[in-house]
Amino acid sequence: MQVFLNADNVRFSYLSDDEPPVKNEVLKGVSLKVEKGEFVAVLGHNGSGKSTLAKCFNAINIPESGTVTVNGMDTKDDSRLLDIRKSAGMVFQNPDNQIVATIVEEDVAFALENLGVEPEEIRKRVDVSLKLVDMYDYRMHAPHKLSGGQKQRVAIAGILAMEPECILLDEPTAMLDPRGRTEVMETIKQLNETKGTTIVLITHYMEEAAQADRVVVIDGGEVMLDGTPKEIFSQVETMKNLGLDVPQVTELVWRLRKDGYDLPADIITEDECVEALAGLMS
Amino acid sequence: MSIIKTEDLTYVYGEKTPFRKVALDNVNIEINEGEVVGVIGHTGSGKSTLIQHFNGLLKPTSGRVLIDGEDFTGDKKKLREVRFKVGLVFQYPEYQLFEETVYKDIAYGPKNMGLSPEQRDARVLESAQLTGLDESLLQKSPFELSGGQKRRAAIAGVMAMDPKVLILDEPASGLDPQGRDRIFEMLRTYHEVKKNTMLIVSHSMEDIVKIADRILVMNEGRVFCFDRTRKVFSRAEELERIGLAVPQVTRVIHRLNAMGFDLGEDVYTVKYAEGQILSRLKAGGEG
Repeated sequence: MQVFLNADNVRFSYLSDDEPPVKNEVLKGVSLKVEKGEFVAVLGHNGSGKSTLAKCFNAINIPESGTVTVNGMDTKDDSRLLDIRKSAGMVFQNPDNQIVATIVEEDVAFALENLGVEPEEIRKRVDVSLKLVDMYDYRMHAPHKLSGGQKQRVAIAGILAMEPECILLDEPTAMLDPRGRTEVMETIKQLNETKGTTIVLITHYMEEAAQADRVVVIDGGEVMLDGTPKEIFSQVETMKNLGLDVPQVTELVWRLRKDGYDLPADIITEDECVEALAGLMS
Repeated sequence: MSIIKTEDLTYVYGEKTPFRKVALDNVNIEINEGEVVGVIGHTGSGKSTLIQHFNGLLKPTSGRVLIDGEDFTGDKKKLREVRFKVGLVFQYPEYQLFEETVYKDIAYGPKNMGLSPEQRDARVLESAQLTGLDESLLQKSPFELSGGQKRRAAIAGVMAMDPKVLILDEPASGLDPQGRDRIFEMLRTYHEVKKNTMLIVSHSMEDIVKIADRILVMNEGRVFCFDRTRKVFSRAEELERIGLAVPQVTRVIHRLNAMGFDLGEDVYTVKYAEGQILSRLKAGGEG
């Protein structure tokens, strides 16, 4: 497998506004490799350093020490900045902060125009991207009249138009209602499955993380856990101690196991839970 | 007596324009003093429009809103009273922090109410305590606080006005699981101490069920249902149809029920589900 994102012993600090500035080290030697085509969910409580790490993969943050490479390009290398941003696009929490144009399709075309892409090519890519996020029918609409989920999908289309191999999403569903959350999750999964886009999804929703190939838990600026969703969520006590949660079905099964019933420890989906409980009660 | 009552409340956005939209359509509800009510509904269901009527930010197009038995529409003096009586905490309230210190920010509401410095001081200290803000934070700039602390400081500012009704719009959104739990714990403590009325708007039913006595479900500008929390969850399938997410554990129990296991329709917490399954297993063992 080909490594697409590579953080090697990355340290990063923010400086406060005080005089003299106080250094707050947020990443304390993080090493993480993400392979091409992987769908990785990153969990961690607020202040754990997970967003800071994501911004390192997009060259918004440059490590103080250690290296970050995106598709082999070092983020310290200024001359590759544009290529890095084109290969790893970022989607943020608030859809309203990411939309610049007054018509959906113009918004999606915005980055391409700035990159100097040929008009015909722009037309093609905008249409393809809007179809991928299922917003093509809204291409002539005003973004401010869309729902949160729709706006976020337009923001994703704007990134897709640059044809990135990787999309980094920083809590893209935090401000959305349940329907919007489902829409965005479906879009992400579909891109990963059909286009093989590498996905790094930062989220506070355990049920979303359970849908990834791999879950990475960041705490105190370090990688604490790294494994499949089953491996991670079966560690119910560890997750709770880290201030995180597990899906409700995992917790239910965990409680019943503590009550002395023989159930698998690695249940993370509704289907698995229904099947196991039906078996137990029959 | 009901503290909030609406009579055929209707609100229309953009009347006499091509964008006319009925946001509230003949809403009749009554909320009792001391109750904790969860308000849920899909985006555009009218829930935000509804709560904005409760402290006079919006005026009904037709119908009436009674707060503490009084209609305040068109009466400026009463409107001012209502604003103190009904405290509204908006979404992401930390964006509204503006004073030099946390103390001054929390004291802003009580100052506007015309309270003496001593009274203000007491209010600030009490609100800080209720929201779990350490006294040492009070002299700091709000911008030095962590995200969760800022949120609590903003809520403390509204609590300091000691409103009879506290309305919070998505008080836990954007916080991590621990932060969410802390906010709801804080609200429970507040309610236990003050015994006042609370309305909490949220998309997260998992959070709402931890605190609400009754749940008001809004859909397309109308009251879809307004009932005890348990009763509302027994209608999980209907709730999903109108775009609401019922807790994962409720879906699991309903699927098991459909397979013939009789675990009850009103299961909405993990603990409750565990209890139902255990009692079924034990009954089975004896039989």
